[in-house]
Amino acid sequence: MMEVLAMGGYGNFVWGAYGLTIIVLAVCIVGGPVRHTKAINDVRHRIRAMEAKS
Amino acid sequence: MWKFFHKLASPPHFYQFAGKIVPWFAVIAIACIGYGGFAGLFVAPADYQQGDAFRIIYVHVPASYLSMMAYSIMAISAGIGLIWRIKLSHAVAAAAAPLGAWFTFLALATGSIWGKPMWGTWWEWGDPRLTSELLLLFLYIGYMALRASIDDIAKADKASAVLALVGVVNVPIIHFSVEWWSSLHQGPTLVREGGPAMAPDMLYPLLAMILGFTFLFGALLLGRVRTEVLYREYRARWVRELLLGDGGTT
Repeated sequence: MMEVLAMGGYGNFVWGAYGLTIIVLAVCIVGGPVRHTKAINDVRHRIRAMEAKS
Repeated sequence: MWKFFHKLASPPHFYQFAGKIVPWFAVIAIACIGYGGFAGLFVAPADYQQGDAFRIIYVHVPASYLSMMAYSIMAISAGIGLIWRIKLSHAVAAAAAPLGAWFTFLALATGSIWGKPMWGTWWEWGDPRLTSELLLLFLYIGYMALRASIDDIAKADKASAVLALVGVVNVPIIHFSVEWWSSLHQGPTLVREGGPAMAPDMLYPLLAMILGFTFLFGALLLGRVRTEVLYREYRARWVRELLLGDGGTT
């Protein structure tokens, strides 16, 4: 187990690169549905405001 | 075939179609990245020169390839939108930019992490591959800043499309920089005369990661384009029916 973590002395670099990748991908993956849900709510408000005006 | 693409350019049709295809892309991405990540970290043998540090290749190469692919998609879509005035094309270009910027950042960061143990430095300003990739990140940021600075969406589409098209010249420069100039960065490993310079044990996980990242990018892009379409089409009847009426899934 320690051997795997050590990665032949490059553990910090290898796990650091993979950790950063996971963080960036998580931001992209989570950000999409969050933006979409916000868009749905925003657009609903806009449509209702338009209908209230007319 | 043309009929399919013609139909796909219609925002309501695209919205529904993309909503159905995104989960399939996500499943393929998870399977490929799962296999590629595991095999790259624990199954592939250590490189005879770089040792285990070479395993960074499995996240660096897909990110680098997607940083250029995303810009190409952005520029081609922007060009199509500019010439043929297809509204969906501008939405694709706008949606591709933030994803491209993230993958470019990831390519630069993982490359830098790889560079430290291999070259003895995190960054080298004189290196053409590194600086042209950094320029790509600035192009993405400039593209997004330009869009954000113009309130009128049609004007923002046109202005940002011109920037995207001008900046696309940087993509082949990034790709060929290691062949045209002297560079710290290693030469092409996959796309080269005589085939890939890797053993199959190392190569297959890399190909799986590239495929997985591509499908993940596809899923993220389609999701973002759907969001962009909603904002752009909020006056359209189909959006009203979808969000306020009995329009099915959103």
